[in-house]
Amino acid sequence: MSTGTVSRRNFLRTTGITGAALCLGFSFVADGKENEVIVTTDAEQSALELNAWIKIDSNGLVTLIDHRAEMGQGSYQSVAQMLAEELEVNLKDVNVVFAQGDPKKYGGQITGGSSTIRGSYKKLLKLSATAREVLITAAANKWKAPATECYAESGMVIHKPSGKKLHYGELVADASKLEAPKNIVLKKRSDYKLIGKPLHRKDTPMKTNGAAIFGLDKKLPGMLYAVVERNPRFRGKVKSFDDTAAKKVPGVTQVIVVKMEVFNTIREGVAVIANSTWAAMQGRKALKITWDDTGFEHMDTAEVYLRQQQELKKEGLSFKKQGDPDGILATATKVLDVVYQTPYQAHSAMEPVNCIAHYQKDKVEIWGPIQAPDWVQGDISKKFNVPIDNVRVNMTFLGGGFGRKAFLDYPYEATMISKQIGAPVQVIWTREDDTTQGPYRAGISYRAQGAITNGEISAVKFRMAGQNIDHWSNPKRGVPNDSTTEGFLAPYFESIKNISFADVPFEIPIPNMWWRSVYASTNGFAYESFVNELAHEAGKDPLDFRRTYLKDERCQKLIDKLEEISGWKSRKKNEGYGVAITECFASTVGQIVKVSRSIDGKVKIDKVWAVMDCGWYVNPDIIKAQIEGSVVMALGAATIHEITFKDGMVQQKNFYDYPMPRITDIPPIEVHIIDNDADAGGVGEPGLPAFSPALTAAIFDLTGKRIRKLPFNMATV
Amino acid sequence: MISLNVNQKAYQVDADPNMPLLWVIRDIIGLTGTKYGCGVAQCGACTVHLNGEAVRSCVTKVSRAEGQKVVTIEGLSNNNDHPAQVAWNEENVPQCGYCHSGQIMSAAVLLRENPNPSDEDIDSAMAGNICRCGTYLRIRKAIHSAAELQRKELSSR
Repeated sequence: MSTGTVSRRNFLRTTGITGAALCLGFSFVADGKENEVIVTTDAEQSALELNAWIKIDSNGLVTLIDHRAEMGQGSYQSVAQMLAEELEVNLKDVNVVFAQGDPKKYGGQITGGSSTIRGSYKKLLKLSATAREVLITAAANKWKAPATECYAESGMVIHKPSGKKLHYGELVADASKLEAPKNIVLKKRSDYKLIGKPLHRKDTPMKTNGAAIFGLDKKLPGMLYAVVERNPRFRGKVKSFDDTAAKKVPGVTQVIVVKMEVFNTIREGVAVIANSTWAAMQGRKALKITWDDTGFEHMDTAEVYLRQQQELKKEGLSFKKQGDPDGILATATKVLDVVYQTPYQAHSAMEPVNCIAHYQKDKVEIWGPIQAPDWVQGDISKKFNVPIDNVRVNMTFLGGGFGRKAFLDYPYEATMISKQIGAPVQVIWTREDDTTQGPYRAGISYRAQGAITNGEISAVKFRMAGQNIDHWSNPKRGVPNDSTTEGFLAPYFESIKNISFADVPFEIPIPNMWWRSVYASTNGFAYESFVNELAHEAGKDPLDFRRTYLKDERCQKLIDKLEEISGWKSRKKNEGYGVAITECFASTVGQIVKVSRSIDGKVKIDKVWAVMDCGWYVNPDIIKAQIEGSVVMALGAATIHEITFKDGMVQQKNFYDYPMPRITDIPPIEVHIIDNDADAGGVGEPGLPAFSPALTAAIFDLTGKRIRKLPFNMATV
Repeated sequence: MISLNVNQKAYQVDADPNMPLLWVIRDIIGLTGTKYGCGVAQCGACTVHLNGEAVRSCVTKVSRAEGQKVVTIEGLSNNNDHPAQVAWNEENVPQCGYCHSGQIMSAAVLLRENPNPSDEDIDSAMAGNICRCGTYLRIRKAIHSAAELQRKELSSR
């Protein structure tokens, strides 16, 4: 059997397409070139040669091959909503199917950087409109009428003068033989019927009756369950183990040593395989393991931050510099010089990390909550020496991802176990594994220096010291973190003439990975907190201060909106207000937090206002939901969460010592979206970074106390 | 062999009596709507009804459920039409959706016991259920809507 046959058969099974169909996709060409739309009837052919996105079968059922993951952010709905708009079909008739990992067909599939819509909306709209146009042409040809007399609506082509109608299903055979027309005209925003509307998500019904299949819910015939007792230190190995008691647990079938590659280092553990999750967990408890913890540093949190503070005395690697901030800081009379500190964070998705792997000779199949199926495919192919087309990586729904599930360690480990035991296996990470094993958002320290001259910012100098995701695997770090300015609004560079950013290399053996909004989540706290401190030093209102320095029209509108909705200028005496505005993945979000003292003397958050400018958008309710959720996640990150290390091991284990915000902790959150025609920006992450600097600014406004270290305890401010 | 009644269906399961009900439901019976989140009754993702009461199935030994009536999210209604399910859809509550089986099972007990819950009633009934996506404001709103739906259903009977 050729490898191509496997992939074609699987593709057909996945999409459920038989017989005549209209298939549309973009021909795959190198980056930077205009991709051509290809129309075909042959699904087999298209499966190999197109990054095929849309299929319409002879019953009129539309299938959209979604090459990105759905982890809560709502793109499962947004992609369908876009397609239905330009194709002129009812949303309920669109079936969304997750693509397998295959970068040859789909290009990059990593669901990260809030990139699903902003990265593909123009292509998808064009593809959908092209499908509509060939269907109209096919109908016009049948009726021998000019195409201009025909229009499409609700999955039908209608001949205006006669009122004749043909369903798309009746047209696909003819339409698939037509050439794709050039110069497709997309709808105007004012003509949209679906885009821009707060429509219900297609995945909600199956998420309220237990039908949605997450990674942990997938079962394969003959599948076994495994849990792994990994060395609690990140680079630790297994010296020896005694599995006598573990093997006596009913249901336990095997106990093996397993290696897991974490970036380019190996962590070892002992895997217990059983016929149920519970039996595997019981077997694991009965293991006696001696670890080998030699050859690497055993870190303590206090030491991590002490070293970061030391590093911040150095100049570091220059990332961006304009004017002469050093010269001005050396002579200015009003100078601020402060340090901000942010903690390590766990992702703590509700669905713990898990993965199913079935390794067979020359063939691997993976199922799981996976953010980057194409990366997993490439990684497994390379590390297990299996031809890439024989590695099939299937995405389920993800019970949260936040960046953790874009990492490659867990599919690798599951494949290792399956290879060793010769059976399909589901590897389950317990909540404790998920919390203690990383990778984490890096804790980063920042030094901020600034000078105020005649009430204006005359110089700003930022430097950061913290681990860099890109360089963790490559400690020979000679270049600054390319995300050093992430989160900081570009228009500031127009108005602050003397400013510099630097990154001081800092490497320790703690594995790090993207965490929702990535560097903006920590940079945003430092940079926007410092803007608030400079405003105070200059004796200016923090919102007006930003008006002065963010001259860009979109920022001005966003600031006006924040002022209008929050009552910023009409605040009462016992209320604290704080503001911050951050950029993240091509969207800008401003937040205002209002705090006051409760009768018991504790500071409480009364309200959060958020304004989102993400340019062109699909579904305003999904955007609101993402910002609400981002604020809740940011609340935990600012006031509760810190992963700490002692002797090289993580000290938090489960929700009892790494507690999540609960329904009792959530302030009212009011979200507004700015309407404009700018290119689409990200939605899933940009709502997060502005919250913590706005909150600490509000607390300063109320109490006069500056908070420069996260997390802090709301009960004691 | 342990006799169980899950969603009004009888099962004979061959399981260690100490195995939590969660893993029996998921791995042996094969109903995967009930979720594992923490294993220590901290997050509520595993909430099911045992004789009508909300319990955390991750810490409920299967022996405790023997001969009792267990209802999981799959058995809460026939057509996804329990007032809480309808309201969850109406208010666009779920994001990733993983915790919502448990959220809805907790809400269903609250709605039965307290047909007109205040914000405070909702908060105290739902404080045991974690949502990492942060859908809490919508959960509260959906429970109010569900209560309204439930009252309408009762008055139209």
